[in-house]
Amino acid sequence: MQKISVLLFLAWIGFLFYAGIALFTSGFLLTRLELNNHSSCQEPPGPGSLPWGSRGEPGACWMASRFRRLVLVVIDALRFDFAKPKLSQVSGEPPVSLPFLGKLSSFQKILEIQPHHARLYQSKADPPTTTMQRIKALTTGSLPTFVDAGSNFASYAVAEDNLIKQLTNTGRRVVFMGDETWNDLFPGAFSQAFFFSSFDVRDLHTVDNGILEHLHPTMDSGEWDVLIFHFLGVDHCGHKHGPHHPEMAKKLSQMDQVIQGLVERLENDTLLVVTGDHGMTTSGNHGGDSELENSAALFLYSPTALFPSAPPEEPEVIPQISLVPTLALLLGLPIPFGNIGELIAEVFSEVEDSQPHFSALAQASALHLNAQQVSRFLRTYSAVAQDLQVKELHRLQNLFSKASADYQQLLQSPQGAEAALQTVITELQQFLRGVRAMCIESWARFSLVRMAAGAALLAATCFLCLLVSQSAASPGFYFRPLLIPVVWGLTGAMVCAGLLAATGLKLDLVVLGAMAAVGSLLPCLWKAWIGWGSKKPLTALLPMPEPVLLLLLIRFAGFFSDSFVIAEARAAPFLLVSLVLLLVAQLHWEGKLLPPKLLTGPRFGFLTPTGPSRHNGLHALGLGGGLLLCIRVSGLFHRCPEETPACSSSPWLSPLASMVGGRAKNLWYGACVGVLVTLLAVVRLWLRHYGNLKSPEPPVLFVRWGLPLMVLGTAAYWALASGADEAPPRLRALVAGALVMLPRAVAGLAASGLVLLLWRPVTVLVKASTGAPRTRTILTPFSGPPTSQADLDYVVPQIYRHMQEEFRGRLERTKSQGPLTVAAYQLGSVYSAAMVTALTFLAFPLLLLHAERISFVFLLLFLQSFLLLHLLAAGIPITTPGPFTVPWQAVSAWAFMATQTFYSTGHQPVFPAIHWHAAFVGVSEVPGFTWLSALMVGANTFASHLLFAVGCPLLLLWPFLCESQGPRKRRQPPGNEAEARVRPEEEEEPLMEMRLRDAPHHFNAALLQLGLKYLFVLGIQILASALAASILRRHLMVWKVFAPKFIFEAIGFIVSSVGLCLGIALVMRVDGAVSSWFRQLVLSHQRAGEQSSLVYTGAGSSAREAQPHLLPSCSQEPLAPGTSSFYNLKP
Amino acid sequence: MKDTDIKRLLYAHLLCIFSIILSIFIPSFFLENFSILETHLTWLCICSVFVTAVNLILYLVVKSNVSSKRSSLSYKVTRFLKCCIYLLMSCFSFHVIFVLYGAPLIELVLETFLLAVILSTFTTVPCLCLLGPNFKAWLRVFSRNGVTSIWENSLQITTISSFIGTWLGAFPIPLDWGRPWQVFKVFGFHMSSILTFQMAIERKHNICRSLCVCTRHCCTNSRILTTTVQGRFHSHFYT
Repeated sequence: MQKISVLLFLAWIGFLFYAGIALFTSGFLLTRLELNNHSSCQEPPGPGSLPWGSRGEPGACWMASRFRRLVLVVIDALRFDFAKPKLSQVSGEPPVSLPFLGKLSSFQKILEIQPHHARLYQSKADPPTTTMQRIKALTTGSLPTFVDAGSNFASYAVAEDNLIKQLTNTGRRVVFMGDETWNDLFPGAFSQAFFFSSFDVRDLHTVDNGILEHLHPTMDSGEWDVLIFHFLGVDHCGHKHGPHHPEMAKKLSQMDQVIQGLVERLENDTLLVVTGDHGMTTSGNHGGDSELENSAALFLYSPTALFPSAPPEEPEVIPQISLVPTLALLLGLPIPFGNIGELIAEVFSEVEDSQPHFSALAQASALHLNAQQVSRFLRTYSAVAQDLQVKELHRLQNLFSKASADYQQLLQSPQGAEAALQTVITELQQFLRGVRAMCIESWARFSLVRMAAGAALLAATCFLCLLVSQSAASPGFYFRPLLIPVVWGLTGAMVCAGLLAATGLKLDLVVLGAMAAVGSLLPCLWKAWIGWGSKKPLTALLPMPEPVLLLLLIRFAGFFSDSFVIAEARAAPFLLVSLVLLLVAQLHWEGKLLPPKLLTGPRFGFLTPTGPSRHNGLHALGLGGGLLLCIRVSGLFHRCPEETPACSSSPWLSPLASMVGGRAKNLWYGACVGVLVTLLAVVRLWLRHYGNLKSPEPPVLFVRWGLPLMVLGTAAYWALASGADEAPPRLRALVAGALVMLPRAVAGLAASGLVLLLWRPVTVLVKASTGAPRTRTILTPFSGPPTSQADLDYVVPQIYRHMQEEFRGRLERTKSQGPLTVAAYQLGSVYSAAMVTALTFLAFPLLLLHAERISFVFLLLFLQSFLLLHLLAAGIPITTPGPFTVPWQAVSAWAFMATQTFYSTGHQPVFPAIHWHAAFVGVSEVPGFTWLSALMVGANTFASHLLFAVGCPLLLLWPFLCESQGPRKRRQPPGNEAEARVRPEEEEEPLMEMRLRDAPHHFNAALLQLGLKYLFVLGIQILASALAASILRRHLMVWKVFAPKFIFEAIGFIVSSVGLCLGIALVMRVDGAVSSWFRQLVLSHQRAGEQSSLVYTGAGSSAREAQPHLLPSCSQEPLAPGTSSFYNLKP
Repeated sequence: MKDTDIKRLLYAHLLCIFSIILSIFIPSFFLENFSILETHLTWLCICSVFVTAVNLILYLVVKSNVSSKRSSLSYKVTRFLKCCIYLLMSCFSFHVIFVLYGAPLIELVLETFLLAVILSTFTTVPCLCLLGPNFKAWLRVFSRNGVTSIWENSLQITTISSFIGTWLGAFPIPLDWGRPWQVFKVFGFHMSSILTFQMAIERKHNICRSLCVCTRHCCTNSRILTTTVQGRFHSHFYT
């Protein structure tokens, strides 16, 4: 009952946090308001005559169309410098031979031969630079906001007015081939379409070859007005190899040929547009707003002359969305309603007419149309939403009316000077640019009420965690009073919700959850506060000791600075190292570190050591040093955040398959396999040290035989994955099959191991032996026939004695008087053995999702946590009967370490840094973004959160585990020997984890306390990131740093809380299994009608020489009266 | 007795501060282009030399009567050599700790080592002067109830504050304010170390109060520093 209430309470606390997170998120990550208005031909954007009186002409709309047809080629991630020529002309600098330079030579050729027909621009994409957002921007001309970035792989249809919709409205036939994302955005909009899946980024050629297959037949058939190609090869090549790989050169050359082919086939009424949707970083990723990601190439070409002048030396920089109004007017379409882009003015010059005046007039009229449309949009938008700045809006409207008036005036007097036209053009451009800047500034709308309520809920839950965890440490703690208000609150909220639903009010699920959370939180908080406030001051609540509080505060404050969030990969180990040094210093300060004889010199004899040190001091010092070294080494596996200029990511984070040198690859592979074997050996050594490897239970057998199989499978998978490209063609199918099957096999093995562990978690070796416990005979093993008289003299009496005892034992058994001794070994470490085994089973599949060389970090993770647990155990006193506590420094260090491992496994809290390749482990073909791939990517990203949360109960268990080492190493002081002989068991018996079992109430309270403390430490992190995101919501870095950090923290918190509950549930399962095991044991012996006695052994790795001792103080409830229990240790 | 000791302490610390201030101004008379920000490494060397010298002088003046029981030359020489070895060892061990703390292993070796040197001059040198090369005595002073005299008390507090100051000095490192003193990453350590050292020294007249009060002061001191650092973050954001 208690166990269930502990778990329920923790789950409820988790629910409170989730409700707070959800409430905050719903207020913080709001989308820009999407208007559903549409432009139409019949309705001009503003008053005034349309230029050229074009209303009556066929195929003309707001403006006469210049081109009847359009070929739009989107080459994903075509960075601007991919279109540059080779840098051989640049004087002064040595020619750099980058593989991507000069490959798109057809651009340069066209620009040189036909300077008036073509133009190359550097188009600036707005962040977020993910493909879906860019496609949306390229068709609607607006600024897709951040929330869409999250739905990149499950995109939704575009509801706003867009080019494709305008095209289909005017009856144009749009043919599309390429990236499947377009199908999600514009379902059913194309007259003919060939979609290819975009998710498999390792596949460079399928999409492109598919397009090429259909390109020429479609183009020659002539059944199209607009042709759109979206090539993905360049982007995938960037993701897989990076821009500096020779593969990129091949890909770009292929694109060049495609463009050449298209140019040759173009007819005079057709416009060709080649553009990249975004760029890529030097590592080939995108999504952020760095210079390289933003800049994309844009190339316009028309078979007839389009531009009045030759192209400038350095291509002009224009915003990406400029393309939308330009294309709309060139094709004779209305500009999409929500467009805020400014058209490319020079395209609208009259080329045939040599008079500059007409050219300028044409430009001005096009710009005026554009400005009218933007102004109409602004009016409509500001009537619906209030998020645009009023002052700026007024200024812009005034600017527009002035420019518009000037323009009308010029139209009245057509002989106006060219200079006046130029001023109008400048004014219109100023207006358009001002609008764009204002929109970028303010298009993130927040619901402050929800944000504040969410943050308040988070804070209140943190406070509740603190209150309850402190009161759980007190001896008179009861669970029942806690749960009652929770139940009442939840029922009340349910009833409320039911009533509301019955009355027909539509209620948001988030709000409903938050209401339930608040309804149940308030009575509980009140109750806990009443229980607390009367007794003690408030400061006693805080995490003590003070340095730990300080470290937690620093961590809390660090979330409010973008520099610290970016540098968290360095800051988290810094804090962890500080905490470790603090622990060592504290041990020394309290005199536990070094043996007292060092301190008590002749002069300072009055100094009395505070207590006998349980641990060797140098041992603790060594632990600290080892820990620091581990932390430093795992810091070498560091991935740089994109903003830091002078920082290079660790080369060890990339998979082995991307390495070029064969020898180095082999060496690394060997090292990785070595690490795997070491990991296996470490776990086995640990289990052997505590003796749990001797047990015949199935989980142990699985550890003995299943784990090596898993290691083998992982090693084989790595070998195949890193050399898959080099496999001979005949074996390709086999290798591909093995690549799919091996990870599945390992995951299956791990899952079956976990199931076995849950089924039989008690890993105990039971040996039943007859005879009184104290008179055990020792038989020398048989070593051949006796050869000498001495042997005979020794052996014969033994045989005699043995027979005698056997006989006596039988006699006693028939009389049912003699106690039967059951020796149960490894009971002392039964909980932690189950935990460690479970963690190992969890770690292997997670390891498989990472790149090969990250296995070093996993090994370090195990070592690190082992050392930390030992170091913490050195400072935690064992309070035998009373309430057990887990100190704050332990919990904080654990949380810091989880954060540190998150970074050292090559992660960063930004979206481009997510390891998407994890979704392809053990998957043959990717149909799309399924929940399975989401799960795998999530498991890869939050592996450290999961492992540390599940392993959290070890913090409670470990001090008891370490108990066995103290007495064994310590020599008995000479004075005590007589006493020790009388009552040896008091000195020698390490009860270890059985102490916890002896006090089940305190055990449960300690588990609750541990869970609450861990949730508190994680909770203040999520609270801090939420507060930072809300306070700094207008900060420059909010979408780049704070919002992703908040999202990562939130998901990490959810993973951690679930893992924590699972870990605690596992401990409880073991506890239940141990209880039933005792009961069965007693029952079976009672059934045999014998008085039995029980011997536990703690660290008895060898069962041969167990010397049982009576321990009267310990009582076992399941043992029937008349049986006595023994705890034992091998000498 | 105690009052005179406190007075002596006060003068000693004032002298220390004075020497640090002197080390800023005096070298500009002898060296060209000397400034704290630009030639900070030189200044650090000079500063540590000054502080060491002051410590030695203080040791000779104040404590000479205590430790001159055995005055044979060979004893003094071995003692001096031992002190040097201890100092060197402490420099190297500090360097190792800094590297474990995350300082780069190969780049900025000189800066890191100079930091180790200056931290040694603020911690190890006073220890050597007061307690001599006696590691057991050091361990005793830095444990609970291990302090026997007011001098040791002062030693404990200054040393611990120096460590805290150095630790606090790491916090400006990741900031992207582009201030001149941030150019040298490790330099953050130095400034703060010295600042806190001075602050700790200025608080020395409180020493007649109990040790408890003084450690509290140090704690609050460090907290104030942290909060000011954080406060500057916020002001940075809103500007």
